[in-house]
Amino acid sequence: MKERCVTYDTASDQETIRLGQELGKALTEGDVIALVGELGSGKTCFTKGLALGLGVSPDTIITSPSFSLINEYEGRHTLFHLDVYRLESLSDFLSAGLEEYFYQDGVVVMEWADRWPEILPEWKLEVGFVIIDHSLRKITLSGNHYRAVEILKDLEVKLWR
Amino acid sequence: MAPKTHPPLKQMNILGIDTSCDDTSAAVVADGELVLSSIVHSQIKHHHPYGGVVPELASREHIRNIVPVVDRALSKANVKIKDLDGIAVTVGPGLVGALLVGLSYAKSLAYVHQVPMIGVNHLEGHILSIFLEDNPPDFPFVALTVSGGHTSVYHVKGYGDYVQLGQTLDDAAGEAFDKVAKILGLGYPGGVPIENLARSGEKDKISFPRAYMSRDSLDFSFSGLKTAVSLYVKKWRQEENVDVEVADIAASFQEAVIEVLTNKLMTAGEKMGIHSIVIAGGVACNQALRDKVRACALEKKMGFHYPRPAYCTDNGAMIAVAGYHRLRMGERAGLSIDVRSKFPIQDLASMTPREQ
Repeated sequence: MKERCVTYDTASDQETIRLGQELGKALTEGDVIALVGELGSGKTCFTKGLALGLGVSPDTIITSPSFSLINEYEGRHTLFHLDVYRLESLSDFLSAGLEEYFYQDGVVVMEWADRWPEILPEWKLEVGFVIIDHSLRKITLSGNHYRAVEILKDLEVKLWR
Repeated sequence: MAPKTHPPLKQMNILGIDTSCDDTSAAVVADGELVLSSIVHSQIKHHHPYGGVVPELASREHIRNIVPVVDRALSKANVKIKDLDGIAVTVGPGLVGALLVGLSYAKSLAYVHQVPMIGVNHLEGHILSIFLEDNPPDFPFVALTVSGGHTSVYHVKGYGDYVQLGQTLDDAAGEAFDKVAKILGLGYPGGVPIENLARSGEKDKISFPRAYMSRDSLDFSFSGLKTAVSLYVKKWRQEENVDVEVADIAASFQEAVIEVLTNKLMTAGEKMGIHSIVIAGGVACNQALRDKVRACALEKKMGFHYPRPAYCTDNGAMIAVAGYHRLRMGERAGLSIDVRSKFPIQDLASMTPREQ
């Protein structure tokens, strides 16, 4: 399928969270969100929004999984928050058993997803983050699998309203 | 030496096992305070003392190490498995695959040798690690556990009686050290290289943001600081002839972390009206943090306690301490006990007050 791509500018953490929240509302079990962007570009912040959109309690604190590698949250669907930041090799990823999360009942959001793009399932939706200045971020959502395109269309309609 | 006034009780030897993250560790601790042996197998320390990201997180690494590490802990302590009074093992929080290795081995030892077993919360281990040192504080006290994965402040009222007063809302303090070390091109883990570099830098050179949240909040946030350092370094690298050394950046960053940690810890201490402050976890090895907390505690006439570095980082001894107190209170884990990737401290069953 032809790639679909849509870009949003956010001017604060709150706006990044809100965009994540809208995306979260459109997600269902099996969806995989691949986050790509440098340190401090808003990946964990965006995930806080995703969690809200997935119905995770607002009282739940979404913390960085850089050290723990995987954090799990219960919502409308289970959210698996993966982070491969401190992994050295693909074999580390596989031996830590992280691949299994793509096939569990839940939504996966993975930080530093460009490390080993080949491990990601083809139905992934990629979210790229670019730092424009201290608070401004350019966030690009893209995908070419029909499921990813479906999510993006859904999101565009909602954000247009 | 003066004879002890109370009749000698039988020494209780507990084997503590921790495989919650990168390290495979085991220790034998007597009576919840005397370390007979403590063995930590860490690939980072063995092969990459100055850098290189090779975290030993693979379950298969734990599988390879668990038997020799436990054997060494027992032989060094000169204790046989059948003579143990209990086996304490971390059941969470942590990586499921990693935790399972320690728990499964503990279960098999407990079953085969008919030794009581107890599952321990890793965070409780860190809080109680101070009891591995001489002259531990009296209850109640306020404890900061700060590492690569955690940054939390607790009101510690007794064994098993903890109230979390605050925690990080995004990155852990140790994670900020690791990430800034990477930005500055230093090794992993980042704590030690930043601390060393910071010694020759000016801590007031750059004013990095301190996140205090609301006035009364005891929560932390280090994500914004990490981003600020990242943006600063990018600009700094483009500019030439800037009167700022990389050591100044390390020192200014470290100061920003330490200032927030110390201020919140002191606020927590005053709020709870306690007389002792404890810091534990990997970041508690940081000398500048210790110096600052010590100075502030002295000013407020509070006692200040911290475990030696070997008991700050992940270790089996602290798990044995927590297990000792739970076993003493009659708690036992059955063979059906499972690991818990998430295990907030408020989910811990409280222990009945310690008999004196």
